Amino acid sequence: MFENGPVSTKSRASDGIAHPSDHEPDERGHFGRYGGRFVPEALIAALDELTTVYDKARGDREFLDELDRLHRDYTGRPSPLTDAPRLGEHAGGARILLKREDLNHTGSHKINNVLGQALLTKRMGKKRVIAETGAGQHGVATATACALLGLECVVYMGEVDTERQALNVARMRLLGAKVVPVKSGSRTLKDAINEALRDWVTNVDETHYLLGTAAGPHPFPTMVRDLHRIIGLEAREQVLERVGRLPDVVAACVGGGSNAIGIFHAFIDDPGVRLVGFEPGGDGVSTGRHGATLTAGSPGALHGALSYLLQDDDGQTIESHSISAGLDYPASGPSTRCSRTWGAPSTARSPMPRRWTRSRCSRAPRGSSRPSSRPTPSRVRCAWARSSGPTR
Amino acid sequence: MSGVQQIFEGARAEGRGALVGYLPAGYPTVDGSVELLSAMVEGGCDLLEVGIPYSDPVMDGPTIQAAADTALRAGFRLRDVLSVVERVSAAGGRAVVMTYYNPVLRYGVDAFARDLAAAGGLGVITPDLIPDEADEWLAASDAHGLDRIFLVAPSSTEERIATTAAATRGFLYATSTMGVTGARDAVATAAPGLVARCRAHTALPIGVGLGVRSADQAAEVAGFADGVIVGSAFVTAAETGGAGGVRALAAELAGGVRRAPAPA
Repeated sequence: MFENGPVSTKSRASDGIAHPSDHEPDERGHFGRYGGRFVPEALIAALDELTTVYDKARGDREFLDELDRLHRDYTGRPSPLTDAPRLGEHAGGARILLKREDLNHTGSHKINNVLGQALLTKRMGKKRVIAETGAGQHGVATATACALLGLECVVYMGEVDTERQALNVARMRLLGAKVVPVKSGSRTLKDAINEALRDWVTNVDETHYLLGTAAGPHPFPTMVRDLHRIIGLEAREQVLERVGRLPDVVAACVGGGSNAIGIFHAFIDDPGVRLVGFEPGGDGVSTGRHGATLTAGSPGALHGALSYLLQDDDGQTIESHSISAGLDYPASGPSTRCSRTWGAPSTARSPMPRRWTRSRCSRAPRGSSRPSSRPTPSRVRCAWARSSGPTR
Repeated sequence: MSGVQQIFEGARAEGRGALVGYLPAGYPTVDGSVELLSAMVEGGCDLLEVGIPYSDPVMDGPTIQAAADTALRAGFRLRDVLSVVERVSAAGGRAVVMTYYNPVLRYGVDAFARDLAAAGGLGVITPDLIPDEADEWLAASDAHGLDRIFLVAPSSTEERIATTAAATRGFLYATSTMGVTGARDAVATAAPGLVARCRAHTALPIGVGLGVRSADQAAEVAGFADGVIVGSAFVTAAETGGAGGVRALAAELAGGVRRAPAPA
């Protein structure tokens, strides 16, 4: 019942960083009005250094080849595209293809970004890496890359997350990383990032902050996006090879936005492809207990970038809420925000399977039947429509 | 010459450094913070740095984080900072606000500048806003006559010190060490070098902050900088000794900044 795709693709991991797209920010990292650098002056020198080293690496064949070699032999790229016929049937007859980033080494897309930044850390001559993690996927990927490349690793994780994701804490420790439970604020991902930033500003000389999503100060949003572009490059190639045409819809869950922008980026210029991001609906957007930053947020600066935030009238961050530790974050990356800016509201007629359509724009009824293999929490809300123009 | 710069020049004319004391507005309550800030003036602070409690203070260590948290849990609202500034100014204090940028952005940059100026505030210190991103704030601070105090760090390049100083008005805030706020036993060795590097680019007064808590340290910093900025130590003094505690600490530090000859 499965049609198997080819085991290799023409796209290589390095393609996303070696070839600038038509959707670049300005030279100071602004996507429209979003992005930029809202950080203490003390970090600017490190961000400038990272920008310079990254720009140089993008044109350095030796670096690109090393990244490709690692992603082939270590990550296991390309990740497969899996037909899910029973899911499609269950959902109303659509053909659903899953881009299997879960089959990468360490179990998520996070390794795409992590290996790139870990190699850059070595190039900068830094010996210590710090990272934040929510569900632990980014922490596990970072701990793994640091073990591989001989780097000291400290992972900041909200105390709430260390409890609900204890297995990943054990994995990180097994890999030699120090996991620091963060007890301040909401004790989740946002506070883990605060603590990582405090560590970075104190130890920036010898430490690289290996940020795990397409957010933060320039160059992180662009660099992380580009390191994840391989997801979309492969998926586009695979779906064309498999189906003979582009998909009607590309859907992805959105926390900070790295996985979403990674796959969406390859389809931004395809007018026939709708890009649909799913945000954590928590208890429902109307309850205020959710993580739907693009749907219900407003412009603000948090963790180094101007983007969309969950905030109150005074600009205090509102704690997000999701059953998914990895999506429990009150902001999203500036490039995803910019994509949303140019998006149009979705139309009534949707090529998406009915159940997904229904859950897209309103709170899904509790207990409604839905596919168990869906990669997002069961209560989700649509945040995006397709991008109809360049994200500049 | 700006209002803040006059305070520094006044101290210099007396052959001493200026003492700048920080406390979050609304800590432990709005009225309580007015009382504490007034006591800091009585004790000898030349300039008050009134902090806006913020949910995600990435430049602050545990002491100020906890104080901000206390203020927010006690119901602090952004508009309260205006009344705190108004009340301490009416009582003869001179105040700038220290704030992360997002509350200002949310309030409206121009509206915040307008309302702070109307409340008697002299300027704003912005720890996570660099001049590169500050076009709106530069315009608003010009329109409403507020000083804008940007920070430089030991990691700042010569070029960045020059551009930051050029955008700054009042005094240039030199962070003595790489790190977050919090009292330290010794003033970082990077501070004198950073101040010397700043002097090559600007005639503005230079205040040094991060880590000062004792008269000896204040004297040491006043030996090479124009102003000594003390934050976490005041929060701790408020916590343990209330108004009497911060008044005594201010008096001790005021003695410190008078002990060393001000830099030429």
